[in-house]
Amino acid sequence: MASKVLKKPRSFYDIYERNPSPDKKMPHYCPGCGHGNVHKFIAEALDDFDVADRTVFVSPVGCSVFAYYYFDTGNTQAAHGRAPAVATGTKRALPHSIVISYQGDGDLAAIGTAEILHAANRGESMTVFFINNAIYGMTGGQMAPTTLIDQRTTTTPTGRSAHNEGFPIKVAELISQLEAPVYVERVALFDNKQRARARMAVRKAIKNQVDNLGFSLVEILSPCPSGWKMDPVDSMKWIRDVMMNQFPLGVYKDITKEVEPYIHEPYHPTAEEIKKLIEIIPESDKHFARSDVPERYKDPQIKVAGFGGQGVLLLGAALAQAGMLQDYHVSWLPSYGPEMRGGTANCHVNIREIEVGSPMVSNPTVLIALNRPSLEKFEPDVVPGGLIIYDKSLIDIDVKRTDVEVLAIPATKMADELGNTRTANMITMAAYAAYTGQFDKETLYETLKSAIKRQRLIEINRKAVDAGYEFGLKNRKK
Amino acid sequence: MEKKILETPFVKVEPELCKGCGLCIEACPPQVLKFHSKFNSKGYHYAYYIGENCTGCGVCFYACPEPEAIIVYKKGYEYVGEEVA
Repeated sequence: MASKVLKKPRSFYDIYERNPSPDKKMPHYCPGCGHGNVHKFIAEALDDFDVADRTVFVSPVGCSVFAYYYFDTGNTQAAHGRAPAVATGTKRALPHSIVISYQGDGDLAAIGTAEILHAANRGESMTVFFINNAIYGMTGGQMAPTTLIDQRTTTTPTGRSAHNEGFPIKVAELISQLEAPVYVERVALFDNKQRARARMAVRKAIKNQVDNLGFSLVEILSPCPSGWKMDPVDSMKWIRDVMMNQFPLGVYKDITKEVEPYIHEPYHPTAEEIKKLIEIIPESDKHFARSDVPERYKDPQIKVAGFGGQGVLLLGAALAQAGMLQDYHVSWLPSYGPEMRGGTANCHVNIREIEVGSPMVSNPTVLIALNRPSLEKFEPDVVPGGLIIYDKSLIDIDVKRTDVEVLAIPATKMADELGNTRTANMITMAAYAAYTGQFDKETLYETLKSAIKRQRLIEINRKAVDAGYEFGLKNRKK
Repeated sequence: MEKKILETPFVKVEPELCKGCGLCIEACPPQVLKFHSKFNSKGYHYAYYIGENCTGCGVCFYACPEPEAIIVYKKGYEYVGEEVA
């Protein structure tokens, strides 16, 4: 039913908190700014489709950054250009919401080009309103990707030249070339007829999402009287006489009659499915009694360090896993460079009787160093009275500190003799467990079941545990 | 209070919420909106309705970028008291 009154849509707040004036009823936009018209069209459509309560409006960076002060909907504000990514996340998590990504040309067509292309290409079920005013309005009228050829801006004082700054990016044309979008139209705000078309386009783009049809984008040629240094009425004429020549209006794509509605329900795998997917052997539900640990080795804060590829992180994770089997509070914090092999890697492990406050271990009570740079780097950090375990077969220097315990183990050599050099980490782990009495052998065996993904390697790692354990016991400090 | 039914379409411009951009004046088909010679507390010459010949077409409402500066009452609108004045 057509309403007998045209007034502020309910999807706008009554009061705009940010406004410094006492009435708080005026948005911050300049006189004659097109944002106001498009906001009105959107709010009216949200009213009419009765979807404001399930709408999430994503504000961009640009003049419309404060849209969340105006729309009485769910609101988020995205980093510059990232509104389509934020909108994607919102829509994927809440597939029954109506997600609106509202962006300007600096936001969508410059810094956010990749975001919009891929969101459109994935056919995310969202509605994008692209406000094209051919400049960066908020920052004072610099050239934007959409600036017209020959248009003067503060950064193209002699006019945009195709040779120097390239051609204006035509977003509606670009997006319409992709397969997934269902509706792409370019409209303008310059006269009553065009405003009516723009209003219908805004409504259709929102309705498409209400009907779960997919990705819609409406590009709106919109005046920026302040940035263009024109009065509002002349701005409208400029859109009609100049801007429209380079940005032709029209429907660039509409396959809404051909597509089937589709709701992308999120996939929530169960914990069991996740374990299967990432090939984790179901966790043991076994629990082991805690070993009788001498006072000075209790509550270890461990740093394990070495080259990437030595199994440094796995060694630490196995220690934490063993701790869990004995119902300790544990943490494991890896730290490594981008290299899979050959870089440096270290990890921080806490095995505590009380809850772990911080997973960081800056001053370890136990340092396990698998190469020389790690020993040199972290030896000074070990607390007095702490323990340093290092791989003697790879490190040709001695520990200089005299206020710490030292266990030098030829782990790599021992691993070689077992037939697999890469088990040096498990040998070292077992040596630590035996030396300090932290874990018994049965706990370590159980740990291997979840720490070692490949079943065929479990046997060799059990041998490594045996060898390391024996070494640790033999060298225990009396 | 007694319910009234609007006989003649009416447009209301809220002086304090108008930024004086002039788009409604430019847009109005019967040309019944004008700039006021006074300005509002923000310093804008606001638009006002000359008082007759509004057709209630609503074109000015969609031309106006402000959410609440213009209200258009169409013929047949039901109201009470002094809402439409």
